[in-house]
Amino acid sequence: MSAITEKWDIEIKPKSKLLDLHLRDVWHYRDLMWLFVRRDFVAQYKQTVLGPVWHFIQPMLTSIMFLIVFSKIAHISTDHADPIVFYMCGNIIWTYFSSCLTNTSNTFTANASIFGKVYFPRLVLPLSIVISNVVKFGISIILLLATMAYSTIVNGYPFYISWHWIFIPLLVGMMAGIGLGAGIIISALTTKYRDFTVLIGFAVQLLMYITPIVYPLSYLSGKKYGVIVELNPLTYIVEAFKYCMIGQGTVTLNGMLYSIILMFVMLFFGTVIFTKVEKTFMDTV
Amino acid sequence: MSNIVIKVENLSKQYRLGDIGTGSLAHDINRWWHTIRGKEDPYLKIGESNDRTKTGNSEYVWSLKDINFNIEQGDAVGIIGRNGAGKSTLLKILSRVTAPTTGSIKVKGRVASLLEVGTGFHPDLTGRENIFLNGAILGMRSNEIKRHFDAIVDFAGVERYVDTPVKRYSSGMYVRLAFAVAAHLESEILIVDEVLAVGDAEFQKKCLGKMDEVSKGEGRTVLFVSHNMGSINQLCNKAVLLNNGNILDYDKTSTITPKYFGLSNDSNSVSVHFRKNDKANTCFFECVKLFKNGSKEPNRELSLGDSLTVQFKINKVANSPVKIRASVELKTAEGLKIANMIDDDSKFSYTLNKTTVFEVYLPDIRLYPGTYFISLYVGDTSSTETYDYREDCISFEVVDGGTLTTRPLPKNAGILFLTPRWNIADYEN
Repeated sequence: MSAITEKWDIEIKPKSKLLDLHLRDVWHYRDLMWLFVRRDFVAQYKQTVLGPVWHFIQPMLTSIMFLIVFSKIAHISTDHADPIVFYMCGNIIWTYFSSCLTNTSNTFTANASIFGKVYFPRLVLPLSIVISNVVKFGISIILLLATMAYSTIVNGYPFYISWHWIFIPLLVGMMAGIGLGAGIIISALTTKYRDFTVLIGFAVQLLMYITPIVYPLSYLSGKKYGVIVELNPLTYIVEAFKYCMIGQGTVTLNGMLYSIILMFVMLFFGTVIFTKVEKTFMDTV
Repeated sequence: MSNIVIKVENLSKQYRLGDIGTGSLAHDINRWWHTIRGKEDPYLKIGESNDRTKTGNSEYVWSLKDINFNIEQGDAVGIIGRNGAGKSTLLKILSRVTAPTTGSIKVKGRVASLLEVGTGFHPDLTGRENIFLNGAILGMRSNEIKRHFDAIVDFAGVERYVDTPVKRYSSGMYVRLAFAVAAHLESEILIVDEVLAVGDAEFQKKCLGKMDEVSKGEGRTVLFVSHNMGSINQLCNKAVLLNNGNILDYDKTSTITPKYFGLSNDSNSVSVHFRKNDKANTCFFECVKLFKNGSKEPNRELSLGDSLTVQFKINKVANSPVKIRASVELKTAEGLKIANMIDDDSKFSYTLNKTTVFEVYLPDIRLYPGTYFISLYVGDTSSTETYDYREDCISFEVVDGGTLTTRPLPKNAGILFLTPRWNIADYEN
């Protein structure tokens, strides 16, 4: 028998090896990834008049709201930055993270109808979600620059330009890594028991308050509850982003290392558990 | 070197019935506890065969149980079976939508599966954008799609609409476009579920033609699930017959399809008593019998020219009298519908006051030798509500012989044996 020498292209088995992550498959489907990204954008602005302008309106209104509540009413310090720039900066990085997380966390339930009918590496979808969010983030950076220009012209603050800007892509990547890692872990956990989906909506909102978005990290130094914020890996990325972008923030090597290690751990576990669940989730979703 | 492209070994798939909640959580924890101690899954040992009509004792059923078969390159294999036989589960595992519980499938070459037409179509995107998106979902690279783009649009016949969002398409155009994309996949193995049920007759023919071309012309392997024995016969050279999760038979199509009809409960006996239909709230069929030439003994073997009487009893459940419409359908063993005989057409109508026995008398049966199936229907007079329907519930054989002819009647020559009047024309039109 030639059974031993026979070569099979695909073997469909109940369980795969723990570390068999099909990353080669994902690469084969890279065109699909881009098409999903395109679909997100094209479909979103079909039959709207303003189109991508809507991307500016949401962060603008939120930042103005932050300005009124946290600066004018609560009088929380924003260090030396113009409050509107400070809030805008925190706002866009947070929106980016939270949409990475929430959109990837319902990958299985939201796409059950496609997943139930055709096979492609399921990881393609969360990855495409992250990519579309990076593009949206790129658009909101323009808004931030415009806000900074406004602050210079109208409020008289100096316009901050720095070579630190080159680190921004790295920080954006780390933010995506943590969002994706946590998102796919949640998506894998919620296919059978949907309890977590209820949680995720307000958990993201609560998470924002233990991340230095509406206040600087320096504001907490010596305060009792600061530890909670310091345990949050997002804290260091957000602070570093603010430091690079507008020159206000606390960057420590330990903090960055902590965030990076945690990101890799989450990504690794996320991918492992995701590939385990994707094989049979259709039976239980 | 063997030509086997799909090798299915001891394939089983278990499903858990019922709702997901605390009960299933307890099972999951128990299963997990067994796994970490390196023991076997405790729920694999239990489980019953998947007969949906009987109430079982176990929460677990085997949708497929120890399936083994091989498919060779270039074969067009039909997968047939009653509802719930495990056809769709098998296709889902083959197309990697879900994983088997035990066993394995080994495949050579790329697999493209078409379990649904237009998976991932976005209504707001144009035809052009959807061709690319759908193609990519099915596993094509962008340059492959570009290469076939014109052929796809041409096959679908939607050239004029290609830059219009697909939500403006008629449902027929939508399906045409979706099938066209799938038909141009460059995969060695094509898996098709009953998607041809949509679209007009011309397009269905085109689809079957395309699949035929794919399997016979290009030597690709096709797996096709359908309830339509006509298209299975036309397209497939082999067929797998599934019943309650087991393979009953796997052979040439022509030997399998008659067995498919034989599956319906005891349809090859002279009289059939139906299992009580608990859901019936108006009336239901209780039994059916066949008689030949007015004899008192039930009989299901006829010769040409014999008469056939279909006798059935309708049991009334409703309290008040109901006006009913009943019909008797006639099919060949291949599933071709020959006749649908409605009471109204024979100037017969009836108001059901109590349980009643009906007789439908068919004089002079002129059918070629073979097996024929009868279905019974009863509904309201406008045919909007079905009270009871028994598909292929009883069958009869037409055998050679009889007084009309002595020459052999080969099956492929026709269905109806007609003896029209012949004469010589004395003038020409």
